[in-house]
Amino acid sequence: MSSPDEHDHDHGHKEDGSPLNYADDSRHDYNETDHYPLMVEAIRQLVIEKEIVKAGDVQERLDFMDSRGIELGAKIVVKAWTDPEFKTRLLADGTAAVAELDIPMADAELVVVENTADTHNLIVCTLCSCYPRTILGLPPDWYKSKTYRSRAVNEPRAVIREFGTVIADDVTVRVHDSNADMRYLVLPARPQGTDGWNDEQLTELITRDSLVGATVPAVIS
Amino acid sequence: MSETELGEPLYKTGDSVRIAVAYPPGHRRTPDYIKGKTGIVERYCGAFINPEERAYGFAGLPKKHLYRVRFEQSEVWHDYEGAAKDTLDLEFYEHWLEGEPS
Repeated sequence: MSSPDEHDHDHGHKEDGSPLNYADDSRHDYNETDHYPLMVEAIRQLVIEKEIVKAGDVQERLDFMDSRGIELGAKIVVKAWTDPEFKTRLLADGTAAVAELDIPMADAELVVVENTADTHNLIVCTLCSCYPRTILGLPPDWYKSKTYRSRAVNEPRAVIREFGTVIADDVTVRVHDSNADMRYLVLPARPQGTDGWNDEQLTELITRDSLVGATVPAVIS
Repeated sequence: MSETELGEPLYKTGDSVRIAVAYPPGHRRTPDYIKGKTGIVERYCGAFINPEERAYGFAGLPKKHLYRVRFEQSEVWHDYEGAAKDTLDLEFYEHWLEGEPS
């Protein structure tokens, strides 16, 4: 663990790829010396002391959560891009459709929203940082920042523009506030010029931010 | 609705609902910015353990019906600067919804 003074997270800088300036809330809601983090640490030590879990189990779980990326999310998208019937089932019932790929959603339900020629979707959680972690891993720091959480709902087009994508006026922007039991995945439109590409090539087009709707995948020529 | 058992969902897709303006203490799942706004039920999501009670050590039962409601951005923010048809969806447990079921 870093010292409380050490700025060990990356938003507000360039490392996370976000062009947004979040310097105004660099600690968002979290400070390791606050009441709740200290309480969590006390509980962690208690359950280990009482042998409810082993110290190694906690670390193993943390390592597992840290190690997950967007692989499962990308797999879902590539399957939807290449199998129209799967896509239909995915949009109708996300949880059931990804179960076909042996991807469990744990306690949450998955809602998949499709970007098309006339609709663009953006995901946010204004209350905290709900995010489909089982399929996308840990959320980026910008997703958890108060700046993103407040701006995504009331000026989504400006936020997306700052990520580098201009949404045309005749395209409807639909924002989804992930405030309860659903988790959301954006199904980006398959880029033009990818006919005949295999799954590996398609997978390489998919970025984390495009699965939240902050960007769109594109073929770099 | 009975406090002890889960009844049938009151609303269905397409119903117009208003979000209650209430400020009960505790961690609630309805953000302030949407209170008092009117939208259309986009889908019924199922019944879920009530997180507003589970957060405080209660069982959160009976489960609560959960809906996704779609709002026009221009209804939510009077100074909204996007296209007129832009929308915002949120999820609500049934006790936050007001309006006559159709």
